[in-house]
Amino acid sequence: MKNGLTAALIAMASPAVAADVSHFTLDNGMEVVVLEDHRAPVVAHTVWYKVGAADEPMGKSGIAHFLEHLMFKGTDDLAAGELSETVTLNGGSDNAFTSWDYTAYYQRVAADRLGLMMEMEADRMRDLEMTEQDVTTERQVVLEERNQRTDNDPGALFAEQRRAAQYLNHPYGVPIIGWRHEMEQLNRDDAFEFYHRYYAPNNAILVVAGDVEPDEVFELAKTYYGPLEPTPDLAPRVRPQEPPQLAERRMTMTDPRVAQPYIMRTYLAQERDPGAQEEAAALVFLAELLGGNSTTSYLAQKLAFEDPKAIYVGAYYDGTSIDDGTFGLIMVPTPELSLEEAEAALDATLASFLEDGVDLEEFESLKTRLRAGRIYAEDNIEGLARQYGQELAIGLSLDDVESWPDILQAVTPDDVMVAAQEVFARRNAVTGWLMPETNEGTAG
Amino acid sequence: MKSVLSALIALVFLSIPAQAAVDVQEVTSPGGIEAWLVEEHSIPFTALEIRFAGGTALDRPGKRGEVNLMMATLEEGAGDMDAQAFAKARDALAASFSFDANTDSVSISTRFLTENRDEAMALLRQAIMDPRFDQQAVDRVRGQVNSIIRSEATDPGDIAADTFYNMAFGDHPYGTNSNGTLESVAGLTREDMFEAKARTMTRDRVLVGAVGDITADELAALLDDLLGDLPTGGPDLPERVEPTLDGGITVIPYETPQSVVYFGHKGIARDDPDFITAYIANEIVGGQSDSRLMEEVREKRGLTYGIGAYLVPYDHAELIVGQFSSGNGAVSEAVQVVKDEWAKLAADGLTEEELDKAKTYLTGAYALRFDGNGPIARILVGMQAQGLSPDYIATRNDMVNAVTLDEVNRVIRDLYDPENLTFVVVGQPEGLETN
Repeated sequence: MKNGLTAALIAMASPAVAADVSHFTLDNGMEVVVLEDHRAPVVAHTVWYKVGAADEPMGKSGIAHFLEHLMFKGTDDLAAGELSETVTLNGGSDNAFTSWDYTAYYQRVAADRLGLMMEMEADRMRDLEMTEQDVTTERQVVLEERNQRTDNDPGALFAEQRRAAQYLNHPYGVPIIGWRHEMEQLNRDDAFEFYHRYYAPNNAILVVAGDVEPDEVFELAKTYYGPLEPTPDLAPRVRPQEPPQLAERRMTMTDPRVAQPYIMRTYLAQERDPGAQEEAAALVFLAELLGGNSTTSYLAQKLAFEDPKAIYVGAYYDGTSIDDGTFGLIMVPTPELSLEEAEAALDATLASFLEDGVDLEEFESLKTRLRAGRIYAEDNIEGLARQYGQELAIGLSLDDVESWPDILQAVTPDDVMVAAQEVFARRNAVTGWLMPETNEGTAG
Repeated sequence: MKSVLSALIALVFLSIPAQAAVDVQEVTSPGGIEAWLVEEHSIPFTALEIRFAGGTALDRPGKRGEVNLMMATLEEGAGDMDAQAFAKARDALAASFSFDANTDSVSISTRFLTENRDEAMALLRQAIMDPRFDQQAVDRVRGQVNSIIRSEATDPGDIAADTFYNMAFGDHPYGTNSNGTLESVAGLTREDMFEAKARTMTRDRVLVGAVGDITADELAALLDDLLGDLPTGGPDLPERVEPTLDGGITVIPYETPQSVVYFGHKGIARDDPDFITAYIANEIVGGQSDSRLMEEVREKRGLTYGIGAYLVPYDHAELIVGQFSSGNGAVSEAVQVVKDEWAKLAADGLTEEELDKAKTYLTGAYALRFDGNGPIARILVGMQAQGLSPDYIATRNDMVNAVTLDEVNRVIRDLYDPENLTFVVVGQPEGLETN
């Protein structure tokens, strides 16, 4: 579906590096990365803006995502909808997505249409136009999108509430789609103000992947993106940071549309930082070994197999972000268990994991799978383009991106346990119960 | 979304769509198992797709959900390995096996490295030929299925889909959910799992696609080892069924802010000579991101985030099905717009411009589907299931281009039927009642 919105990207970052990567920077500051794959005559053309929902002005939640929708309206040279129509007419597909840290636009098309894609994408980087009517109608569309993704789904509402409680000060606590009451007020001026400031070549990364030659891509990029004016004095991406979190937060949410009660807990967790990805790498291992596999992970073995108390239990870690990420646990208890009993079992199992330490056989198996993942990832050049785009857009360097698989391979069992001791601090945690009615948590 | 076209951009580039350069070999093993293969040796792994026609529609009476539960339990232990041991062995090889149950088929999607291909296939063979279906494993997976059944019972989208398909097909397997009910799943036994496997995974109904770092000889040998000892034949496939959708709106009251809508009526069979023509028509009506329905319901009026319509050619019945969601206050207008579009379509058909645009898109986009070993393996199996030959890949775009406006509009008159367009609405729609 067009104009999708990416939710938090969960679990293991794909630990892959493409064989042929080229890099180039235009005079106006725009970065260009080329990933070659000559197996099929197809190209993915992707532009990543280093701006997302966490960069929105206070009170304007949803504007980054709303602008992403409005980018499909017209420009001085293109009629409303013409860009997508032209992509379609050339047998391609296009889409866009917004996260807290970046906004991306992409087209997939026959490789010989790359110049045309650049021409249109460059045009809408600086010359967007839209009418009041465009804005009014599209606002209804994003409100329906919020209905569909969030308000009609108690699990999504629960996630939104937990996230708001997780971040006391950082804008990661604000939903990407926006709070409804603020979305209803977003207008054309808000969109243009955001656009003019952040949509500029010196705030963008071009990642082209597929059946292309780097020299050719650089020449085309110079032709189409080269003439664009940068935004002067673009401020560094400094967001309000979290203060020390001193009190665990707990929430109970009830909704009659919930059929299956469950528990989720998230802890604030170290993200991948430029030049310092080691702790994040250990957290990737921790999430996988503790709850990444529904059969062999520690939590699954203990809670779904040995003494079955969970229909599903898992752990996940999202550290591909500019600021603090989260480490999460989820447990869906068997019907005879209350949420209170389920949480007690989860905590007891977590405590026993901290006692037992890492299973060395599972640890080695995971390393093998991470190495194999690099082979499998070569088959999905667009997945690689997406990985490079995301990682570069959050401020990692090309060197950080390419050294990540080696950093993962260097993780030791001790590193994993040190990371576990560090991350499982209840003062940093939000624990939520989602259930159909009250008192469920204490029922036998 | 369609509007002024900058002629320069639009027309100069239309002529030569990228060609999918896929060289399909038809392989027959010494034991007589047929497969389609694309050799692709640049990355040291293979994607292998195995599909058996039949699927959950082969559930026996009173045992709804047996095939679904069986497929979900296949990987939970085989030979002398319990579920834990099996998963550890698979992970140590960095192979992946995925077992899926669909309405008309069950499928096994796998990928494995060249360096340990024999070990990975030996392991997969155990799951296919010698699954354990331990009582504990069946009960654990049953708990997961029950959780899904309970969750779907309160999800407006699932309620709408279940209601719509039940109205269309009643007691035929197509009319009920493949997961089964809490009651039917509770009654399933270990023995049912063995029986369901024997009924659905048979040599006479197997289709195979392989793409990757493997030669025809290697594949042939592998297939005999892997599938050669399966039962030769299975039970009769289900009877053909005519959907009973004859217009009207059914409202299922449900407290939620946005109503979910399913709509549709009888469709067209995959082996109908007009299928490609109907496929093009549907692309224009509800398939593409700039379809008529998207234009009218989303772009012009802001009544939904997304709306689409799809041809649904089952093996034994056909539908056209559309789907969207609109706020409870907007849904009545959205339903009316869909009805108006259907009536307009049936009365006036499509334009030459729309047809040309759809052809350009469809012929250009075809090559984009062939992006990776796994996706190509699935396409190869899908083509076999539809009775197509390997040269379809090379001729398909010519067939699309050969369709004329008269043909499209003739098929539209036969297919799109405003009288029988049937709606199911789940929510609290303002101004809509069951009629």
